[in-house]
Amino acid sequence: MARTLAMFTDTSLCIGCRACQVACKQWNELGLETPEWTGTYQNHAHFTEKTFRLVRFIEAPGAKPNGDLAWLLMSDVCKHCAQAGCLDACPTGAIYRTEHGTVNINQDVCNGCRYCVASCPFGVVSFNEQTGTAKKCTFCRIHNGLGPACAKACPTDSIQFGFRDDLVAKANKRVETLKGMGFKDAQLYGADSGGFLGGLNAFFLLLARPATYNLPEHPKLPQRNVVVDSLLSIGSAILVGVGAMLAFRQRGKGGE
Amino acid sequence: MSLSRRDFLKYGGATATGAALGTGVDMLPVEAAAVSLKIKEAKAFAGVCPYCAVGCGQLIYSKDNRIIDIEGNPDTPHTLGRLCPKGAATIQLSNNPLRPTKALYRAPGSDRWEEKPIEWMYDQIAKRYYDAREKHFIEKEKDKEGREVTVNRLEAIASLGSACIDNEECYLLSKLNRTFGIVYHEHQARV
Amino acid sequence: MTTNLIDLQHSDVIMITSNMAENHPVGFQWVMKAKERGAKVIHVDPRYTRTSAAADIHMPLRSGTNIAFFGGLMNYAMQKNLYFKDYVVHYTNASFLLDPAFKNATDLNGLFTGYDGSKKSYDRSSWKYQLDGEGNPKRDLTLRDPLTVFQHLRRHYGRYTSAMVERVCGIPKAKFEEVAQLYCGTSGPEKTGTITYALNLTQHTNGVENIRALCMLQLLLGNIGRPGGGVTALRGHANVQGATDLELLYHELPGYLPMPLRDAHPDLKTYLEKETPKGGFWVNRPKFMVSLLKAFYDDAATKDNDFGYQWIPKRASADAYSHQHMFVDMYNGIIKGFLADGQNPAVGGPNAKLARAAMQRLDWLVVVDIFLTETAEVWKEPGVNPKDVKTEVFFVPAAPAAEKDGSLTNTMRLIQWHEKAVDPPGDVQTDAQFFCTLAHRLQKMYAGSRKERDKGFRAANFTYGAKPDHPEMVEVLKEINGVATEDISDKDGKVLYRKGQPINSFAQLTDDGKTTSGCWIYTGVTVESPDGKLINKAASRKPAEGTDYLAHGWGFAWPANRRILYNRASADLTGKPWSEKKKLIWWDPSVPGAKPEDKPGKWVGLDVPDFNAFLAPDAKNGDKPFIMRADLVGGFFGPLNDGPFPEHYEPVESPTKNLLSRQQINPVVKIWKVPDQKNELAPVGSKDYPYVITTYRLTEHHLSGVMSRYLPMLAELHHSHFAEISHELAKELGIQNGEKVTVVSPRGKVHVTAMVTNRIKPFTIDGKTVHLIGVPWHWGWKGVEQLPGSKGDITNDLSSTVGDPNVFIQETKAFVCNVKKGVV
Repeated sequence: MARTLAMFTDTSLCIGCRACQVACKQWNELGLETPEWTGTYQNHAHFTEKTFRLVRFIEAPGAKPNGDLAWLLMSDVCKHCAQAGCLDACPTGAIYRTEHGTVNINQDVCNGCRYCVASCPFGVVSFNEQTGTAKKCTFCRIHNGLGPACAKACPTDSIQFGFRDDLVAKANKRVETLKGMGFKDAQLYGADSGGFLGGLNAFFLLLARPATYNLPEHPKLPQRNVVVDSLLSIGSAILVGVGAMLAFRQRGKGGE
Repeated sequence: MSLSRRDFLKYGGATATGAALGTGVDMLPVEAAAVSLKIKEAKAFAGVCPYCAVGCGQLIYSKDNRIIDIEGNPDTPHTLGRLCPKGAATIQLSNNPLRPTKALYRAPGSDRWEEKPIEWMYDQIAKRYYDAREKHFIEKEKDKEGREVTVNRLEAIASLGSACIDNEECYLLSKLNRTFGIVYHEHQARV
Repeated sequence: MTTNLIDLQHSDVIMITSNMAENHPVGFQWVMKAKERGAKVIHVDPRYTRTSAAADIHMPLRSGTNIAFFGGLMNYAMQKNLYFKDYVVHYTNASFLLDPAFKNATDLNGLFTGYDGSKKSYDRSSWKYQLDGEGNPKRDLTLRDPLTVFQHLRRHYGRYTSAMVERVCGIPKAKFEEVAQLYCGTSGPEKTGTITYALNLTQHTNGVENIRALCMLQLLLGNIGRPGGGVTALRGHANVQGATDLELLYHELPGYLPMPLRDAHPDLKTYLEKETPKGGFWVNRPKFMVSLLKAFYDDAATKDNDFGYQWIPKRASADAYSHQHMFVDMYNGIIKGFLADGQNPAVGGPNAKLARAAMQRLDWLVVVDIFLTETAEVWKEPGVNPKDVKTEVFFVPAAPAAEKDGSLTNTMRLIQWHEKAVDPPGDVQTDAQFFCTLAHRLQKMYAGSRKERDKGFRAANFTYGAKPDHPEMVEVLKEINGVATEDISDKDGKVLYRKGQPINSFAQLTDDGKTTSGCWIYTGVTVESPDGKLINKAASRKPAEGTDYLAHGWGFAWPANRRILYNRASADLTGKPWSEKKKLIWWDPSVPGAKPEDKPGKWVGLDVPDFNAFLAPDAKNGDKPFIMRADLVGGFFGPLNDGPFPEHYEPVESPTKNLLSRQQINPVVKIWKVPDQKNELAPVGSKDYPYVITTYRLTEHHLSGVMSRYLPMLAELHHSHFAEISHELAKELGIQNGEKVTVVSPRGKVHVTAMVTNRIKPFTIDGKTVHLIGVPWHWGWKGVEQLPGSKGDITNDLSSTVGDPNVFIQETKAFVCNVKKGVV
């Protein structure tokens, strides 16, 4: 059994440069898209079918240890959840988990139904009209040790790639260091495999509460309901089918 | 990074071999078939980023005379294989439909470009340089004491640029301009 | 920079006055490394940027008040005795006695002795040391004599109190003192600090003095030449350092040799006499100048014709030919033809409207560039009718770095070779190809000339290798390095160099024509192996290992592969490091000397000594680290055109009068008169232009945008051209985030999107509110069609044509503007 690979994004090291966004786009040949006005340097409000790494810019007055303005900078990405909503929702099996724990969408199998788009608690998965398929971070290049393009490019090592357990140990130490420096809200997001979604294989160190970064505090799999609904639909289909059979048999018998 | 950033790929025109890192990273057969590394068959060249003055080492992967990937060179002591967005976008300086590949000429008063053979361009440009020097060259002039001094100066031609060309090219331009008599000789040091 | 990016990790306190995280992101990793090791990072910038986000303290200061700030720090250090006394006494000119006639700007209310208001210049004859019988400066090592440089410095900066810094810079007194205490705490043997700067300090009418002030502070604190110290000058382009070294500048020849002046240097003998000091390494100027002339003119340069000195053009004046002079003179019709090679002045230079109008008056324009820039298409600038523009334009498509071999010199003086990966497509030319082909065509046209004035150009060689128009770049680098022009033997007849062999060290260049060198500081970059092969050290690629954290095996740093300059200053008078924690080089008396018969002893350590490796600390000048200066010590007192000490003057356009003296602006500032109102300037405290504007760069774009606005992967990272405005100003003007606004100056206007942010705050200057806005300058009217936001107005239409009196750099970091709601 291969050890789980992960990406640890330590936002305390992020300088918001967007090397990750461009390295991802360059390696994955994602193509040109029009940016949006967000009021900051951020060029999209949400992930898109051509933006898998998105740097977020959040001004947080008073959030520095000395009470000064903080500019929270975060390179956001697909979380490669241990319990992945997109994977659970995918009806065709296009979305699969590699032996290393990462989640990927097989573009040849995807039929464009978009159940995954609705099922991601983080709004990561996007639909590409041109290819007619769902798109998200592929956790690229792990199979030859190069590591994801974003991690390699990151100038300050904010994005770190490696074995999950090593990274979690490192991340825990880092939180303690930051707390010692006065960053009292420093916390990990998704490091705990006993926590939400079974832990994230792309987890984060945040300098403020998740809500400050527009991240859900307690993300859940939305398709608990989808599964139940499906069962209900299937269940009712069966009932209808059985009912119809019975009706036919009765007609058959009743006949004349 | 917890795993080494090293590519284990030699440069100077060598082929990328995709050697395993020795991390014990195994591949599922399905994945191995489905995923191919696009730089596997490419040649890697040692580049230096053409943007800012940090001078990040780059690995430029090319195949069939076309660049297919540019990423950082992890051996570079002061940059360790990292890049900023500009360095990461370098491929689009070469692979870009906006690049003219022909020399262009605009006649006085004209509203358009005309494509011209490169040889024609050189002849015309040389003629402009020559004519300007012949017409406006100042061989001698009086200094502030009224004494005649050889100055060998050409003020009619100005030269600007570049901080984006190689040392050898800067030297050649300095040599060309100065031996020709040009004194308006500048570049982006102030920009 | 005097130091090395990798070395930044050894700083105890890093003061960033530039915007390093945004403009040198990959270099910034070493600041983060320093932080990991416990360093504190201070960011001094009018705007809160991505650098401020990573810093421990952000301290905004009003644009254009850098000398008030550094002067305040120097005053603080001297008042609190937070300076490195032994270093200051022995390694600087602090102890030197000045001529009693010299008076500083405290004495003379903003001026120094010798000012002539009618000529707007200084007679510097009183700016000198008192000399003893042997012609050496008199010294008082106690630093107490009122005529010492040190006491002058104290009195000069005595006005720069914390209270004054608050009034002038808008930095609250308590915050200033917090930062001053932190940074000046790097004085003394055990700690070091470094200060970064970029165009934030240079693009002012006090530009050079700004940098002097930074250097003086570092000398006061004993930080130069020590690990984690130095002056971290962060240059902006892949090869602006190389272009500076190889002198694409109006006032110098390759290797920092002054460009001859008609009145001062009528012949080589006078030139060498005037430009060769009596002390310091520049005593070798004749060797470097003659070797350069030999490189330019080959065999045609002989002792009999002064090595071709007369063929080099002589400048009519020191106040001529710089970038800003160029466009004023072009507008006035002096310049007929213009080559813009890899530069886009239609967007990138000050007073861009004037630059474009000037280019539209040329007879001909040649543009060599990767893309069709605004400069290349200046004849169809929006609003201009091409019929009205008579300029002939020749566009030659140029190759980017990946399509050619060559070397680039980065900000830490590191020369790195890059390999050609693919051929340029179509008729795309490398710049080397362009210059050599053009030179050859011209030489052909001059082939029949017998005129003396053409001899030099005809003799210059532009053929390197088998294909005349396609130079072998390593052969060009070899010429820059320098070679022997004939066999050179030592006094015992042993052959040191064969004819044509590259010279190993600039110490071996000669002034008798036996050596060439295109740029003496590069000597050593190409050498010959024992078996006669050319070794290109710029292409060395040995990663850092072990104690060699400076990675001497990667590339070649000038001079002589020294990575940290002035590193002699890292050791004390006995040759021991000032502190074991901060060791760099030290004197080892047990190592053999240069020759077997010499006394043993050598400088050893973690870097190549920036010093005579065999000069003992107790020998003559063995205790003088600043080898490039004539008196071998660091200069607090150092004559520039505008004064021997930096003095705060307001920018030419300012919202306030100068609170430090009666002298409002730089007394010798260069202000050009340009016809047709193309250089109007706002008066002090103008109500029409009440806001301070500063212009700057973003990580995602590059300079005038040619290498970013045309690249979709970069152009899409910012929605559109914007201006950063404080919430306070936005409220006053009724502007919402995302609205279009018009920014106006006396020169022009731009329409941009308002980005209303907490990261800009108004300043309180002498009790009054002064607003500041920031506008990046990357945009022009061309870009990617599918990305309308890649196109925008030209920010430099707002800036003016005024210049620092030393090098004529423009003032684009601090001037004034107005902001109007909507598109006006």
